[in-house]
Amino acid sequence: MKVLVCMSVVPDTTTKITFNNNNTEFNTAGVQFIMNPYDELALTKALDIADPVGGTVTILHVGLADAEPAIRKALSMGATDAVRINAAATDAQFVAEQVASYAKDKGFDFILTGRESIDYNGGAVCGLLGAMLDIPSINVITQLEVSGNTATIERDIDGGRETVSSSLPFVASAQKDLCEPRIPNMRGIMAARTKPLAVVEPISVTNHSSYQRFELPQPKQGVRMISADAPEELINLLRNEAKVIN
Amino acid sequence: MSVIVFAETSDNQYKKSSLEAVSYGKEVATKLGSKVVAVSIGNAGNPESLGNYGADEVVTLHDAAFAQFSPEAYAAAFASVCKAHSGSVIIISNTYSGKSIAGRVAVLLGAGMASNVVDYPEIGDQFLVKRGVFSGKAFAYVGLNAPVKLLAITPNSVEIKQHAGTAAVSAFAADGIAASKTTIKETNRITGKIPLTEAEIVVSAGRGMKGPENWVMIEDLANAIGAATACSKPVSDMHWRPHSEHVGQTGITIKPNLYIAIGISGAIQHLAGVSSSKVIVVINKDPEAPFFKAADYGIVGDAFDVLPKLIQAAKSATAQ
Repeated sequence: MKVLVCMSVVPDTTTKITFNNNNTEFNTAGVQFIMNPYDELALTKALDIADPVGGTVTILHVGLADAEPAIRKALSMGATDAVRINAAATDAQFVAEQVASYAKDKGFDFILTGRESIDYNGGAVCGLLGAMLDIPSINVITQLEVSGNTATIERDIDGGRETVSSSLPFVASAQKDLCEPRIPNMRGIMAARTKPLAVVEPISVTNHSSYQRFELPQPKQGVRMISADAPEELINLLRNEAKVIN
Repeated sequence: MSVIVFAETSDNQYKKSSLEAVSYGKEVATKLGSKVVAVSIGNAGNPESLGNYGADEVVTLHDAAFAQFSPEAYAAAFASVCKAHSGSVIIISNTYSGKSIAGRVAVLLGAGMASNVVDYPEIGDQFLVKRGVFSGKAFAYVGLNAPVKLLAITPNSVEIKQHAGTAAVSAFAADGIAASKTTIKETNRITGKIPLTEAEIVVSAGRGMKGPENWVMIEDLANAIGAATACSKPVSDMHWRPHSEHVGQTGITIKPNLYIAIGISGAIQHLAGVSSSKVIVVINKDPEAPFFKAADYGIVGDAFDVLPKLIQAAKSATAQ
């Protein structure tokens, strides 16, 4: 069994977001970068499925060399090998083109991604890859079992859950309930140092989008405090001042 | 040239987010001087009703292949309508179903794509869309430069606008749709509850509630004001509430009109998921809770004292 897991590298969740150069660039000063949390779930699930049957799990990242500590973390979690496509990830379509180009003739049984990266929140790569590779794409999955040439998958739908079966190969994106992320142990960390990390040059892709500028949300005007003894005043304000309830 | 809108349904009814998408499409079409074609796949109630929200035409697709939702089949069929009607701007809701097809449609059309779109585009030298990034901590303006643009619109981002027009309804036969390689085995919808991502009012609670058994009060308040319920990350991590209710940076990002946070201190990751809410109410016994800085209205008090009074006040207000 051969599995491909795509990972992105994102600012730690506690990061306070600021921008440079007239709000045109994300300010990375002092920011700690981590493996995208949803991609940790994708990798853990891939390992849970591939390890017992002696399969391989390749971790793939589209990005520059500064991502290598995070890629090593993925290797220490248990990925067999890693590939870095040596290009800055400009948008979801660029990333998906690179992944599809790499994956198309490698015979992967399935591909997992996170449901979205927590920086650009596109949630698009799974569907883009599905169409580029002409395979089923199943978003926001919470369970995955593979048996022979069929996968049984549970996914989140709007206001509920659904169980689907899919033939292999397919691409799916990991949602929180899929599993608990694997924590690297000391043996894994030692082994990760010598695992193969191939650097592949990108293919040429026409960019369909360009980030022009960023903006922070408007700060609140200040909070209006209401006495704990008179919560009916809150209901009154929400109805008649803010007009957000009937 | 036309603006094409995917009109998503749930239980054969158009979703509120679909009406927002049609209204959004109308606004864009007016700027571009083009028309709005809404696309209704499967068996939806009354397609002509989409005219009330700005659709000039409604294209319906009925085929056994569409009896159940399949991202592959729906994306292929929708893309063929977009091509047949020379769609230049494609609008899809940024829901789970919408996002399942959006990427596939973008590839089939060679479109430039932006998801998580939260406002109308600026159309000038460039086609510029505003989208949420860093899980609600910021916004980005993205220029789409391909001839065809695909936007996935976050629910509750724009108002539904009524239009006087009527829509011409026609059936479309999508040819050459390959049989889906996926089959739905079972669907479990939580009935009688408002989906969190589309809710206009959300009541959310955190560790301050002390245990899952105390959520009865949260649900009572939610029922009294017509709200969906949500929770903080620790609460879903402890399995007091399902993960589908977890709002925040690694949960879901929501933008309701009203967000009431009870017993949630307001960690930066939680604020990320809810800071786009129009009005935020914070109830917390700790006056130093960081959430008060992000709130419009606040009550310092113990949830167990405040909630019964608040539920009573909400019930008697709605009874009037």
